[in-house]
Amino acid sequence: MKPPPFEYIAPDTQAEALEAARQAGGDAKFLAGGQSLVPAMNFRITQPALLIDLNRVPGLDYIRRDEGAGVHFGAMTRQRRLELDPIVAAEAPLLAEAVPFIAHPQIRNRGTLGGSLAHADPASELPVIAVALDAQLRVASTEGDRWVPAKDFFQGMFTTALAPEELLTEVALPSLPKRTGSAFMEFSRRRGDYALMGVAVLVRLDEAGACDEARLVFLNAGDGPVDASQAASMLSGRRIDTSTAEAAAAHAAEKEIEPLGNLHASPSYQRHLAKVLGRRAILVAAQRAAAAGH
Amino acid sequence: MSANHRDIHLTVNGTSRQSRVEPRLLLSDYLRHDLGLTGTHVGCEHGVCGACTVLFDGQPVRSCLMFAVQADGHEVLTVEGISAGPENMHPLQEAFWTKHALQCGFCTPGFLMTLLPYLEAHPHPTALEVREAISGNLCRCTGYQHIVEAVLLAADRLHQPPPPSGG
Repeated sequence: MKPPPFEYIAPDTQAEALEAARQAGGDAKFLAGGQSLVPAMNFRITQPALLIDLNRVPGLDYIRRDEGAGVHFGAMTRQRRLELDPIVAAEAPLLAEAVPFIAHPQIRNRGTLGGSLAHADPASELPVIAVALDAQLRVASTEGDRWVPAKDFFQGMFTTALAPEELLTEVALPSLPKRTGSAFMEFSRRRGDYALMGVAVLVRLDEAGACDEARLVFLNAGDGPVDASQAASMLSGRRIDTSTAEAAAAHAAEKEIEPLGNLHASPSYQRHLAKVLGRRAILVAAQRAAAAGH
Repeated sequence: MSANHRDIHLTVNGTSRQSRVEPRLLLSDYLRHDLGLTGTHVGCEHGVCGACTVLFDGQPVRSCLMFAVQADGHEVLTVEGISAGPENMHPLQEAFWTKHALQCGFCTPGFLMTLLPYLEAHPHPTALEVREAISGNLCRCTGYQHIVEAVLLAADRLHQPPPPSGG
């Protein structure tokens, strides 16, 4: 299968890319890593009239520590770089833990952070990590820039807050408070397959060692990242142990997620996975939070 | 030739190449049809099977998920470029032969192009690590066992540990 003909430009500046998108008025697609867009074009599921290749736009590929305020990433930062960069491991361990689950090294060599977020596949890892970490997403157009919180960015299956002429250019992750631990877990039939279920957990402990605040965000559990806020609030003020973790994960699995099921997993099996992975990830995140407290 | 064609200039297996391509031409098809380098195989054309893996600026990528026009100014290495020929195979190819790591051979170029940079970065992998490294390449003949054995043999031959020093 081959894509039908399209116009192609590879601008040298972001301004040119944005102007081309404005003029195309919805008939254009930005090409980042192409690891989701090109298969969709090969299948002719999507047939953009114009492809705006971002791979020759300088200044969109960076990882930068913002002293005291977290880390900033250029949207064209390759996933492979996220996996290997020591800044990511130190400042955003949840991101570093999740990235190796994205497909295979050959895909991560091309696939980008911004491309995956803008694609908004409910089964993909990076949108879940962005929501779990309260990422701020910078969106540019010829009209100027705006920042969108990750929780408002994802608006449904393959649907985001991006207008057709807008480009995601930067991702900002705030630094984590003290005594915070995180964990990412997913289950797939083979290494690199789409996960049947996955979860990102953050746990912040208070000085006495009880849970101050928690967050559980599931992937492939609905039409986007699913933030199980009720389950998270069940942990607040409690000491995290097997039974509190089990109760919170069970609540999320039974009441908060809405898995759609697929060829390999019925919704009830996905709920079972959510409960098991949720419990395990809560316990690991709590252990890491305790270890980070000193 | 429509006005939509683009001139590209790239290096393939160390040779400078200049071509005029349609933007929709996949890199995999460019290598096979325009350059006649049919060692790069096309299996699924949606990034799943790994048969079309080539090195793009030294990194393994799916050539079916890139357009030839994107390779303008870049370097591509295909399976044809990894050895001088049948009389002088790369140690990884030798190991695939010795260990019977292929039957039909359709997937083999993709495995080789995935594993070449992997063995440089990981000179002494375990069998489990090899299985993870090849998880993005599908083989429907071998059951992978012989491929894993070949990679371990190649690692031994390529990166002999230094002899113990002293008496």
